[in-house]
Amino acid sequence: MIHFLLLISRQGKVRLTKWYSPYAQKERTKVVRELSGMILSRGPKLCNFVEWRGYKVVYKRYASLYFCMCVNQDDNELEILEIIHHFVEILDLYFGSVCELDLIFNFHKAYYILDEILMAGELQESSKKTVERLIDAQDALVEAAKEQANSVSYMISQATK
Amino acid sequence: MGSQGGFGQSKEFLDLIKSIGEARSKAEEDRIVLHEIETLKRRITEPDIPKRKMKEYIIRLVYIEMLGHDAAFGYIHAVKMTHDDSLLLKRTGYLAVTLFLNEDHDLIILIVNTIQKDLKSDNFLVVCAALNAVCRLINEETIPAVLPQVVELLGHSKEAVRKKAVMALHRFHQRSPSSVSHLVSNFRKRLCDNDPGVMGATLCPLFDLVSVDVSTYKDLVVSFVSILKQVAERRLPKAYDYHQMPAPFIQIKLLKILALLGNGDKQASGQMYTVVGDIMRKSDTTSNIGNAILYECICCVASIFPNTKLLEAAADAISKFLKSDSHNLKYMGIDALGRLIKISPDIAEQHQLAVIDCLEDPDDTLKRKTFELLYKMTKSSNVEVIVDRMIEYMININDNHYKTDIASRCVELAEQFAPSNHWFIQTMNKVFEHAGDLVNIKVAHNLMRLIAEGFGEDDDTADSQLRSSAVDSYLRIVGEPKLPSAFLQVICWVLGEYGTADGKYSASYITGKLCDVAEAHSSDDTVKAYAVTALMKIYSFEIAAGRQVDVLPECQSLIEDLSASSSTDLQQRAYELQAVIRLDAQALENILPLDASCEDIEVDKGLSFLNSYVQQSLENGAQPYIPESARSGVLNISNLRSHDQHETSGHALRFEAYELPKPAMPTITPASILPSTELVPVPEPSYMREIHQTPAVPSSSHSGSAELKLRLDGVQKKWGKPTYSSPVQSTSNSDSQKTNNGAAQPEASGSIKQKARDVSHDVKRQEVEVPSEKQRLAASLFGGAFKSEKRQPAAGNRGAPKANNNSTENSHITKGATSSEPTTVKTTPTQPPPDLLDFGESTVTSSAPSMDPFMQLEGLVDVTQDGSAVNSGSVASKASDFMSLYGEMSGSVPSNLVDPLSTDSIVVNTSSDLLNASNNFDHGASVVAQPPQSTNKGPNLKDALQKDALVRQMGVTPTNQNPNLFRDLLG
Repeated sequence: MIHFLLLISRQGKVRLTKWYSPYAQKERTKVVRELSGMILSRGPKLCNFVEWRGYKVVYKRYASLYFCMCVNQDDNELEILEIIHHFVEILDLYFGSVCELDLIFNFHKAYYILDEILMAGELQESSKKTVERLIDAQDALVEAAKEQANSVSYMISQATK
Repeated sequence: MGSQGGFGQSKEFLDLIKSIGEARSKAEEDRIVLHEIETLKRRITEPDIPKRKMKEYIIRLVYIEMLGHDAAFGYIHAVKMTHDDSLLLKRTGYLAVTLFLNEDHDLIILIVNTIQKDLKSDNFLVVCAALNAVCRLINEETIPAVLPQVVELLGHSKEAVRKKAVMALHRFHQRSPSSVSHLVSNFRKRLCDNDPGVMGATLCPLFDLVSVDVSTYKDLVVSFVSILKQVAERRLPKAYDYHQMPAPFIQIKLLKILALLGNGDKQASGQMYTVVGDIMRKSDTTSNIGNAILYECICCVASIFPNTKLLEAAADAISKFLKSDSHNLKYMGIDALGRLIKISPDIAEQHQLAVIDCLEDPDDTLKRKTFELLYKMTKSSNVEVIVDRMIEYMININDNHYKTDIASRCVELAEQFAPSNHWFIQTMNKVFEHAGDLVNIKVAHNLMRLIAEGFGEDDDTADSQLRSSAVDSYLRIVGEPKLPSAFLQVICWVLGEYGTADGKYSASYITGKLCDVAEAHSSDDTVKAYAVTALMKIYSFEIAAGRQVDVLPECQSLIEDLSASSSTDLQQRAYELQAVIRLDAQALENILPLDASCEDIEVDKGLSFLNSYVQQSLENGAQPYIPESARSGVLNISNLRSHDQHETSGHALRFEAYELPKPAMPTITPASILPSTELVPVPEPSYMREIHQTPAVPSSSHSGSAELKLRLDGVQKKWGKPTYSSPVQSTSNSDSQKTNNGAAQPEASGSIKQKARDVSHDVKRQEVEVPSEKQRLAASLFGGAFKSEKRQPAAGNRGAPKANNNSTENSHITKGATSSEPTTVKTTPTQPPPDLLDFGESTVTSSAPSMDPFMQLEGLVDVTQDGSAVNSGSVASKASDFMSLYGEMSGSVPSNLVDPLSTDSIVVNTSSDLLNASNNFDHGASVVAQPPQSTNKGPNLKDALQKDALVRQMGVTPTNQNPNLFRDLLG
C-alpha cells in the first residue's frame, strides 16, 4: 500500500503531497523535511529506494522534480517506480510535455489526475486511455458548468442534476 | 487533452505562488503564507462571496496546507462546498476535504449526508467524486451509512464507478473487516467483470482477503491462473499495455496472490508452475517493468511449493540482478536472494562476491538490505563476523530507527548463536554502549537474566566464568562517560550480584565504583536506585560472610544524600540500606541470600497468614470486609459505566437502527431540524438553506429523510453546549435523548479505538515479522551442506575487504556529515541562487549573466557574446557547466538562420537537449533515460512555446536559475 506521495523540487520545495494514511499536519511537515533531507542528498548512481521508519520510500527524479512514494516493506519497489512513471506519463499526456511549472500552477489538476490513478493507496487504473477519458469527461463537464455559470447562474442546479 | 492554456486563477493567487517561489528563506516563505492566511481568514467570512471566488479561496487553502501550514479555519467552507449542486464546485470541495480531513475529523459527519446523496446521483462523475471521498473520509463508524449504496454501485453501468466502488469496499475492509465480511462474495463476482480495470481493482481487496485467510480462496487458484495466462498472452485490450508489456501491474498483483495461495500447498502450486515459468521465460530484462515482473515471479517461486525448474530459473534471474550495474537491480537481487535462501541455501554460495560487494557499497540502502540478508544467513559458524560487521555499521549511523533495528538484531543473533561467553558479553557491551538508549529495556532485563541463569547447561563453572568476565568488563567500562542508562542499570545490577562473588575484587573497590556511578549520573534516578540496591547487596553479602564492613565515606555521604532525596523510591532504598547494615549475619542471609536472583519467591495471594489476625479483629467488633462488587455505591457506578458502553456501541450502529421509526414521525422531521441546524456553529444563511434543501426533497418518499434528520441531531448534540439540549428534548422523543447521552461518548471512544487500532496494527506487524524471520533463520541454520561454504565469505569478510572497508566507511561518514538533515534544512534559507521558482530576474543581477532562451531565440547573434560573458562571469559551477554548453552551441546554430520558424524549433530543441546534457553532465547517468528525440518534440513544440509565452506574461522569466522549471519532466 502507498502511504503517501510527495513531489519535491531539488531545492526541497514541496510541489504536491497526497496522504493515504492518516498523518497529522505537524507530522506531515516533519516527514517532508526528513525525507527531502534524505533523498535530495543521495547521489545519482545509488538505488532509488531508501528505508525509512520501517517503510520504504521509492523515489525517482524527473528533471528537477523528485517523485517520492512511501510504501510497505513487502511492496515491489520496481513496480512502484513504474507507478510513478505511469503517473508522469499521464501528466505529460494531459499537460502536453509537462514541466514543473505546470504542476506548480495547476497542482489541483494534478490532484484530480492522481485521484483517477491511485485510490486508497492502491493503483486503481493502469490504462492510460481510461484515465484520459475520465479526466476529459470531467473537464468537459466543468467547462459546461462554467459556461452556464456565466449565462444563467440560477439554472446551474437544474442543469447539473 | 492538450495543454490547458492559461492557469485559470486570479492574478492574486498567481502572485502568491510566485512570491513564495521567490522567497529566499523558509522564514520569508512562512511570513508570506501567514499573511495569506490572514487575508483568507478575513475574506472567506465576508458575506455573499461569489461561488467562483470561493472556489479559488478553497484552492488557496489547499496550497497553504500543502506547504505545511494549518488551514483549519477554512475546513468548514470546503465542507460547505461539497454541498453545492454544481459539479465544478462540488469537485473542488471534495478535493479539498479529502486533502484536509483525516477520517477521524469532527466535520466528517457533515459530509456523510452529501456523500449519501451524491452516491445516488445520475451523473456518474458526481458518483465518482463521492466515491473518492468515501475512500478517504469514511471511518469505521460511518461505514454503515454508505455501505448499502456502495454495494449497489458495484452493479453500476459505468465501469469507472464499479471500479471505484470496489476500491471503496476494499478500504472499508481495511478499516473494519467485520463491517463488510458478509459482502466478500461481491469481490469474487467482480473478478469476472467485463472491464479489465474493474477486474484489476478487485485484485487489491482479494489480495488482502487471501492474505488473511488462504484456505477459503483455494478454489480461485484456477481462475487466477487462467486470468494470468490470458494477460500474459496479451488477451487484454492494448490500452493496458505498458511499455510493451501486457498489463504488468495486473500481472504483478496476480503473482502476489498466487504466491500466497501456493504457499505450502503442493496441489495449488502445481497449477501455477506452467504459467509462472512461461512468464519468467518471456520476461523482458531490459526494461524496468520487465524486471519488476521477474522479481515478483521470484518471490512467487520462493513462496509456493518448491519446483526445481522454477528455482533454477529464479536463481538465474537473481544472478542477472546481482551482476547488473544498476543499484536498483542489485538491491532487488539481494532481496530475492534472501527470499530464496530458505529453500535452496546453497544458492548464496555462487554469489558470495556479489554479496560482499554490496556490503561494501557506499549506497546505504543497499548496505542495509545486505545486512538483512546476512541476518537471514547467520549461524553459529559465521555469527561473529556478521554481528561484528553489524555493530561496526551501527556505531556509524545516526538514523535512530534503523539503529534500534540493527541493535536488536545483533542482540538476537548474539543470544542465539554466541560461540563463547566472553564474546557474548563483549558484544552485548558494544551494543549497549552505542545503542543502549534505543534498545528495548527488555533486552537489558534479558541480559541480566542470562547472566544470572547462565546458558542453561548444568555447568556451574561456565556460568561463574561468564559472570566474572562480565564483572571484569563492566569494571573496565564503567568509568567511561555518557553510557546509556539501560547499560548502567545492567552494570550496577551485575556488580551488586556478582561483584564480589569470585573474590577477585574487594567489597570496598566495588562499592567505590558503584558510588562513582551514582554520583556521575546524579540526574538519573533509576541508575541511582540500581546503584544503591547494589551497594546494599554487597554490604549484606559481606556481613553474611562474617566480614567486617567499612562503609566508605563517599558511600556514607551518598546514602545521606539519597535519604533526603525528592524521590521517595530513592529515599526508601537509602533507609533500607541503612537498616540492613545494622542487621546481624543470620538475618541477612535470609533476606539477601547470595546468588539467589533466579530462585522463585512464593507469594501467598490469599493472605492466609492474616486469617487469625482478621478473626481476632472481628471478634473485637471490627466491620467485616465487603468485596468491591458487593458495595452499594460502586454498584451504581459500574452499572452506569456498562450502560454507557452500551450506548456507545449503540451509537456506532445507529445509521441503520434509526431508519425504522421513519413513518411515525414525518411531521417531526422539519421541526426538529430547525432548531438543530441553528445549533450547528455556522452562521451563514446560505449553508442552512442548503441543508434544508436536502431533506425537503426526499422527505415525502425516501428513507433518506429519517437518516438525514437523525444524523443532524447527532451533530448538533455533539457540538452544542449543554444548554442547547433542552429545546431538542422537547421536540424529540426519548430516543434522541439517548443519542444525547451517547453523543459525547463516541468521539472519545472513537479516538481511543483509533489509537488502539494503531497499536494493534503495530503489534501485528511485529508479530508477523518476527516469526517469518525466525523461520528463515531456522531454515538457513539447518541447511547442513551450506554450513561449511558459508564460512568462506565470512573469512573473506575478515581478510581482504577489511582494508577497503575502512575507506568506504569513511567516505560514508563524510557523506553523512555533508548530507544529513541539519545541512539540508539550512540550504533552504541560506542558499539563494539556484532556486527553481526564481521568477524575479532582478535577483540575477550582475554576477550571473541571464541565460534567457528567449533572448537566444530573438538574437542568435548574441550567443557568442553570452558565451564570453560566461567565461568571465564567476558563477556557480552548475551554471557555468550549463552555459559553457550553450557556448559550444554557438558554433553550430547560426547556419540555421535562414527560416525564422525552423530556427526557433531547432534552437529550442537544442537548448532543451543541452539542458538534458547539462543535467547528465551534472549528475552522471541521470534518472531519466534521454535518448535523442528531437523529432519527437516537434508536435509539442508549439505548446511549449505557448506555455513559455504565457508564463512570461505573468512575469515568470526563464533565467539560468530556473531553467529546470521549463524542462519537460519526460525528457
